[in-house]
Amino acid sequence: MNLTRAERVSRRYGDILALDQVDLDVRAGELVGLLGPNGAGKSTLLNLLVGLRRPSSGRVELFGGDPRTPAARRQLGVTPQETGLPGSLRVGEVVDFVSAHYPDPVPRAELLDRFGLTEQTRRQCGGLSGGQKRRLAVALAFVGRPRLVVLDEPTTGLDVEARHTLWEAIRAFHADGGTVLLSSHYLEEVEALAQRVVVIGKGRVLADDSVEAVRAVVGVRRVSLTADVLPALPGVVRTERTDDGRTHLLTADADQLVRDLVTTGVDFRDLEVRPTSLEEAFLAITSATQPVSA
Amino acid sequence: MQLALVHARYQLLETVRIPVAIFGSAFFPAAAMLFFVVPFAGKDPQGATFATAAMVTFSVMSANIFQYGVGVAEDRAQPWNPYTRTLPAGSAPRFAGRILAGLAVSYLSLIPLVVIAATLTSARIEPAAFLLALATVTVISVPFTLMGLAIGYALPSKAAIVVAQLVFFPLAFGGGLLSAPDQAPGFIEAIAPYLPTRGAVELMWAAVGGYSVNPLSLVMLGVWVVVLAALAGWAYRRDEGRRFS
Repeated sequence: MNLTRAERVSRRYGDILALDQVDLDVRAGELVGLLGPNGAGKSTLLNLLVGLRRPSSGRVELFGGDPRTPAARRQLGVTPQETGLPGSLRVGEVVDFVSAHYPDPVPRAELLDRFGLTEQTRRQCGGLSGGQKRRLAVALAFVGRPRLVVLDEPTTGLDVEARHTLWEAIRAFHADGGTVLLSSHYLEEVEALAQRVVVIGKGRVLADDSVEAVRAVVGVRRVSLTADVLPALPGVVRTERTDDGRTHLLTADADQLVRDLVTTGVDFRDLEVRPTSLEEAFLAITSATQPVSA
Repeated sequence: MQLALVHARYQLLETVRIPVAIFGSAFFPAAAMLFFVVPFAGKDPQGATFATAAMVTFSVMSANIFQYGVGVAEDRAQPWNPYTRTLPAGSAPRFAGRILAGLAVSYLSLIPLVVIAATLTSARIEPAAFLLALATVTVISVPFTLMGLAIGYALPSKAAIVVAQLVFFPLAFGGGLLSAPDQAPGFIEAIAPYLPTRGAVELMWAAVGGYSVNPLSLVMLGVWVVVLAALAGWAYRRDEGRRFS
């Protein structure tokens, strides 16, 4: 069963096309990671799915209804941006305020305990540390016992320990049958949590596959060198030549490529091996002949 | 309705935690009362009562223009506001909550005025007239609430503060709030009926003690309400269109 779906959804902001014919389905019980660089269109897509924005074209569904109607959002949990918590309200008051919108909210003490915020109950939000604010923001998504939780970059800017606490809470929710859609620009985070990854770049879905399949693709490296003539080499997914005479080879296994390069005996200079950005990797792959999408 | 009360309660909590807002709207009229009304009109029961009613109008105007004008503009800049729209309630409870909270703050900021009037002047009012005056406060809040909303939804917060400050003083002077009924300088008497403050203060004067209202002022007050409602509605829809469509 689909909890939320986007069907050929496009969204323009003036002249900018933020989303271009995007399809996405999230089924009950899934933990889906939305991966992509900043500006790829992740937040725009999530804003459409939770009803904050309207698509320019295409259709968006949430629990079978229009996400812009309050009734469709009854089983949805969303995280505010941490900077948006009302500074003068106490932690407990913010939880009570959000609870008032749901028929059967999680009791305040239980929720704050789950997110390690019990001691901060009477603190004003403005006085919390960055990590505490972020934990409170994520906790608010779970107040109404949602079936679907949408988390926009839940751990950006957190230290390792705080990140793991949040990951635990998200995993526990999923283990109880909850559905999660979270965005991140960290491959590591998506790997740690998600089973399915949707990669977004420049407003399009570049890949929608298992974590393993995407990891293989994202692990692409760029091997750059200067050489007059190069023979065909195994494992190269894409070759680019730039005006300064450099040749750039994209490959999933840079070590093997360098070994092969040396055994061919070709004369080359200024060898460089660099990781590619997610976007670079995906654009390189998708503009190559074979599609990666499952 | 239940949710509107919840929203009102938490907005009031936020206001009370940073009481500058209440303080600001309570302080100016109270100070004007102490410096101008108490020494000059304090001994004359009718003069003091009318002067107090004028200060109440002044206070209602500044409280509403500032708390909506500046409050709404600041809220629009906060990500908390869009978040509340992902909760299973429309934008209506939040809006209704804001109006309820605004009304409560208006009444709160009148307390010092009334206390000063009762203890330091010979202003007198019958219980029935007092209740009528209380109800009139809600009525005259309407144009200034709409004005504040128009400013808050149309402008970013820094501009909203400046505009709120620019409009409220000329409105108070021009409407004759700082003079006794029909004793303002000639040019003010001439322009006053065309300002919303005049209709508002005349309603207050009528409520506290037998002032007969100038029909022109009342008609103009109605015109102002319609115009300001249209402006506020336009600004609100434009803001919705920019941020939520």
